[in-house]
Amino acid sequence: MALTGLFLITFLIIHCTINAMIFLNDGGVTFSHWGHFMGTNPVIRTLEIGLVAGFLIHIFQGLLLIKKNRDSRPVRYQVVAPAPNSTWYSRSMGLLGTLLLLFLIMHTAHFWIPNRANQFATGEELNLYQMMLSIFADPLIVALYVLGCISLAWHLLHGFWSAFQTLGLNHQRYNAIIHFVGTTFAIVVPLIFALMPIAIYLNWVN
Amino acid sequence: MKLTLKIWRQKSNSSKGEFKTYIHDHVSPDMSFLEMLDVLNEGLVKKGEEPVHFDHDCREGICGMCSLYINGRPHGPLQTTTCQLHMRSFKDGETITIEPWRAAAFPVVKDLVVDRSAFDRIQQAGGYVSVNTGGVPDGNAIPIAKKIADEAMDAAACIGCGACVAACKNASAMLFVSAKVSQYALLPQGQPESKERVDKMVAQMDDEGFGACTNTKACEAECPKSIKITNIARMNREYYSSMFTNYEVTVSGGGD
Ligand code: HEM
Ligand code: SF4
Ligand code: FES
Repeated sequence: MALTGLFLITFLIIHCTINAMIFLNDGGVTFSHWGHFMGTNPVIRTLEIGLVAGFLIHIFQGLLLIKKNRDSRPVRYQVVAPAPNSTWYSRSMGLLGTLLLLFLIMHTAHFWIPNRANQFATGEELNLYQMMLSIFADPLIVALYVLGCISLAWHLLHGFWSAFQTLGLNHQRYNAIIHFVGTTFAIVVPLIFALMPIAIYLNWVN
Repeated sequence: MKLTLKIWRQKSNSSKGEFKTYIHDHVSPDMSFLEMLDVLNEGLVKKGEEPVHFDHDCREGICGMCSLYINGRPHGPLQTTTCQLHMRSFKDGETITIEPWRAAAFPVVKDLVVDRSAFDRIQQAGGYVSVNTGGVPDGNAIPIAKKIADEAMDAAACIGCGACVAACKNASAMLFVSAKVSQYALLPQGQPESKERVDKMVAQMDDEGFGACTNTKACEAECPKSIKITNIARMNREYYSSMFTNYEVTVSGGGD
C-alpha cells in the first residue's frame, strides 16, 4: 500500500503540473504540447503501463486489506466513540479510496479511454483541451470533479504520512517535515485540480 | 450516584450473548469502576443471580488483567486502566454500556472476560532472550546511551492489556507486538536474535487473526502505558531488515 501509494503520489505531481498549464490561458497551446508528449512518447507510454499496474495493485491491496480488517472483528461493538482517539479520515481510507475509484472510472471515461481508443483505431490524438472545455460546461460534472478532489485531499491527508510510518520512517528529526509536506501536498494538489473544472466552467479559462 | 448499566452477558464462548440492563443506585464517585461492579455483583449474588464476570487482578494499574470496553472506548473515557478509572469520571444518572474486547483473536470466555492468550503465544514465539544474561549488571557496565535505555524501558512498560487491539478499528495488535519487539531491539542483549525474533512474532501475530495496521493512532491514544507508535515504525524497520538480510540456517548434522 505504502509503495504503490507513494508511486501514485509521484504521478499526481506530474499530472497536476501538466494540467496546470491550462491556467496559462493560451488557448491550450502549452497544455496540448505537453499532453502530446505524454500521449505519444514511447518512454512515457511504457511508464504508463506501470501506472495502470500501480493503480490496480493499490486498489486490489486496499480491498484485501479492508476484507482482512473486517474479518479480524467478526462481532462489532454496540457503542463506539473513536472521535477522541483518531481522525475520521484515518478511519475512512477504504471509503475515501472507493470514492476515488468511482471518480477514477468517470474521469478515465471522459478523457483517457476515448483518447487511447482513438489513438489505437486511427493513430490520431483527440483534442483534449476542447473536450475539457465542453465536458466542464456541465455544472453537475464540475461538482462531481470537485467532490473527487475533496476525497483525494482527505485520502492524502492521512495517506501521505501513513506511507512513511508503514515504511518505518518515523524519526523525531524528520516527523515535522513529513507532516508539513504531507499536509501541504494534500491541500495544494487537490485544490489546483479542483480549480481546473471550476475555472473552465466560469470561463476564466477558454 | 445512580447509573443505568447495559452489560454484555454471555454464558460461554459457544452461546449467544445479549445486553442486559441493570439499575445501580449504590454508586459513590470515589469508587473505582471495578468496585462499582463488585457492588453490583454483591447485589446479584444476594438475589441468587449469576454475577457479571470480568477480569481483574492487581487493581493498581500494573498487571494488565482488567479490560472492559466502556461507552465505546477501551478502559473508559480516561487513558488509564479500568481499575484506575473512578466513578467521578461519570455523571449521575448516566447510562454506561459495558462490552468485552471485540476481536477474532480474543474470543469471549464468559460475559466480559476474553481469552488474551494470543498475546502469550506471540510472546512465546520470540519475545525473549535465549541465553541467561545473568543478574542485574552494574550501572554503566553495558555500553548503552541513557536515552536509548529509557526508550527500551518505555516500551517494556506495556502490560499486555489489549486495549490497543480493542481500540483499533482493524483489531490490530501492532502496538503490543512492536513494544515487545522494541524492548529487545533497543538493547545489546537483544541483538543476536533480533531478526528471528521479529520474524517469528509477526508470523504468530498474523496467525492469530489480528488485523493489519492502517496507522490511525487509536492504539497510542488509548494505551494506558503511553506506548508510542514510533515502536510500530521500529518494528516495521526490523521486519524489512529481517526480510532482506536474514538467512536460513541449515543444520548439516555432525558437529563432533
Ligand atoms: C490518486 C490516487 C491515489 C493516491 C495518490 C493514493 C495514495 C495512498 C497512500 C499514500 C496511502 C497510504 C499507504 C500506507 O499507509 O501504507 C493509501 C492508502 C489506501 N488507499 Fe489509496 N491512493 C489513491 C487511490 C486509491 C483508490 C482508487 C483506492 C480504491 C480502493 C484506494 C484505497 C486505499 C486504501 C484502502 C488504503 C488503505 C490504507 C489505510 O487505511 O491506511 N486508494 N493511498
Ligand atoms: S501497548 Fe498499551 S494498550 Fe497495548 S497491550 Fe500494551 S499496555 Fe495495553
Ligand atoms: S487489574 Fe491490574 S491493571 Fe487493572
